[in-house]
Amino acid sequence: MNAGRWWWGLVPLAFLAGLVLLVTRTGVLDRLRGDFPPVEELTVTRTVLSPDRIELHVVNGGPEPSTVAQVIVDDAFWAFTIAPSNTIPRLGRAVITLTYPWVEHETHVIKLLTSTGLTFESEIAVAVVTPTTRGSIGVFTLIGIYVGVLPVLIGLLFLPLLRRLSREWFEFMLALTAGLLLFLGVDALAEAVELAAQVAPAFQGIPLVLLGALGTWLLLRMVSGQKSLADDAPGRFSVAWLVALGIGLHNLGEGLAIGSAYAVGEASLGAFLVVGFMLHNTTEGLAIVAPVAHDRPSLGTLAGMGALAGIPTVFGAWIGGTAFSPMLATLFLAIGVGAIAQVLVALFRMFGRSGQSVWRPSTAGGVLAGLLLMYATGLLVA
Amino acid sequence: MSNSAWSRREILKHGMLGVAGVAGLTAAGISTAATARSGSHSDDPQHAGTAHANGGAHKPGLSATVGQVTRGSIDPAAFLEHFDYGSVSILPDGRVLREYRISAVDVDIEVAPGVMFAAWAYNGQVPGPTLRATEGDVARVHFTNAGSHAHTLHFHGIHAARMDGVFEVVYPGEQFTYEFTARPAGLQLYHCHAVPLKRHIAKGLYGTFIIDPKVPRPPAREMVMVLNGFDTNFDAKNEVYAVNTVPFAYHHRPITVVKGELQRIYMVNILEFDLINSMHLHGNFFTLFRTGAVSSSEFTDTVMFCQGERHILEFTYEETGPFMFHAHQSEFAELGWMGVFDVVDGEVTA
Repeated sequence: MNAGRWWWGLVPLAFLAGLVLLVTRTGVLDRLRGDFPPVEELTVTRTVLSPDRIELHVVNGGPEPSTVAQVIVDDAFWAFTIAPSNTIPRLGRAVITLTYPWVEHETHVIKLLTSTGLTFESEIAVAVVTPTTRGSIGVFTLIGIYVGVLPVLIGLLFLPLLRRLSREWFEFMLALTAGLLLFLGVDALAEAVELAAQVAPAFQGIPLVLLGALGTWLLLRMVSGQKSLADDAPGRFSVAWLVALGIGLHNLGEGLAIGSAYAVGEASLGAFLVVGFMLHNTTEGLAIVAPVAHDRPSLGTLAGMGALAGIPTVFGAWIGGTAFSPMLATLFLAIGVGAIAQVLVALFRMFGRSGQSVWRPSTAGGVLAGLLLMYATGLLVA
Repeated sequence: MSNSAWSRREILKHGMLGVAGVAGLTAAGISTAATARSGSHSDDPQHAGTAHANGGAHKPGLSATVGQVTRGSIDPAAFLEHFDYGSVSILPDGRVLREYRISAVDVDIEVAPGVMFAAWAYNGQVPGPTLRATEGDVARVHFTNAGSHAHTLHFHGIHAARMDGVFEVVYPGEQFTYEFTARPAGLQLYHCHAVPLKRHIAKGLYGTFIIDPKVPRPPAREMVMVLNGFDTNFDAKNEVYAVNTVPFAYHHRPITVVKGELQRIYMVNILEFDLINSMHLHGNFFTLFRTGAVSSSEFTDTVMFCQGERHILEFTYEETGPFMFHAHQSEFAELGWMGVFDVVDGEVTA
């Protein structure tokens, strides 16, 4: 009986199916469609350069199939091959390969000319050979460890200090953590929105950010709602794990950016910059341990949290340097935003617990100090 | 660039270059599917030399369109040497009357392999037919507008105001008969003068009008070359440049020229959007007859054309082999305005 009521849901669905049939089969659409030319939308999502060779990965984000008829490189028609076919279906992909004597460190502009005469442009801002996975995996690992893993682990060493602080100062440190996370969350959101612009239109960049961020937040709310967060030691541990996860996702995004920056030849992640990132990211370790400072976490737990927060930097660098996808990067960043938002909610509850006003000098000052600290260490990498 | 100039933001931003830029992994499965075209140079005479002999240097690749134009409005080889002399009769006063029939139509033509363009065309072809008369003949042009927009036929030449094809707009379904004495001798052109002028020309409404002098020019192998282009995405810039509409037409299939034979090109520039065009001949010089004048004062290998400017070029090759000709705007050349004369030994007939 209970299951039976779902059949009622089929009634409107059946009518909807009928309506779709009516519209598609009776030519009503043709009237709407008229004689308009098709709207096309091709996006070059990735460009791979090897000596005298350019490879373009193209996504058709438009409503109709699109045919790449010719390729113009730097205002010259150029011989090319395209696989699997020069007609790319909706949401389909193709790879265009050109033999072209591109010039190192200079800019090249490539236009795809479709069968309807429309052009889609893609710029190679600074031409350098794209690193291959095998060649540079070691470098990316090293960068990831230096700017992500080690700083976070060092940050965890604030634990003994935190344990010895007075209640006011501990609250201050907790609020400082919230400030750090708020900064990171806004930063990640800005990055996600910026990247969303480069996602093929059909994949809807900004809604993807919403889906990733809000979806993650709702999911975490649902899970954490069942065991009232932060009221007991297990609750505080889950906050700490959540902080680690949020930071980990943020660091994945950071790794992506660093990796792809390296890939375009800006390996000028010089010593100064690496040191800046280290200082900046050490504060993330502090954020992880603050919620559980009085709960005597085991070394294994700490290491696990550190790994969750730091190691994604390495993965991010790998992906960013070798197989960057704006869509995935946008999604990862958005998930990070959602996770950080939930951490902020949990921390906020920890402040308000003792029946006093939430924004005491220790908490308000802490948040502000956290923001300032992030801003200041951010200047170091500027 | 010093390291410290790179902010965190910059790094992130440049990270984003990876999106449209160069980050990426060569997926093995895909790269094998996309095979190199290194074997495809054989039909290009200018690649037949020793250019590839320098082992370690950059491979130049191939500047060309891919594929063939099969749905064009003209066969570039046939168009090159085809002249429409009209249907000829003698008027009571003894003068020669030449009657031509021209209709303007809407037609989709292939302007580069696989790229369709909604053209407006005289007699369904771009360029329109090459009309030819002798100085002093009476030209009577029966014009029918079978297109969807108002059009006219505007001839360059000396004639009455109402035969100028500007103010007497011919609406779709209407007809108009232009009649004038063919003069002066030289190389003229005709095009639509309905407004907006730029759109009507860019769409393909133009052609060549040759008025031969009463004393004929010396015998020669004669060719018509209309320098044109197409703005396929309506951004007021040409995507395609060509001689006689089809980009690289005489590059993929060179024009055979007999060594020692006088060549005469009627070259008309109707290119829209770009301020100038040009012609450069390789391995030779040509005698230039500006606007088809009977006498020449120039001997050069490069000449500039503004829109509507046209000249007769005469030259003879003394060596066999492939010789390029192209716009000396390199951009136009590599976007389609280049060709090759394949000079061979043979019987000189002109």
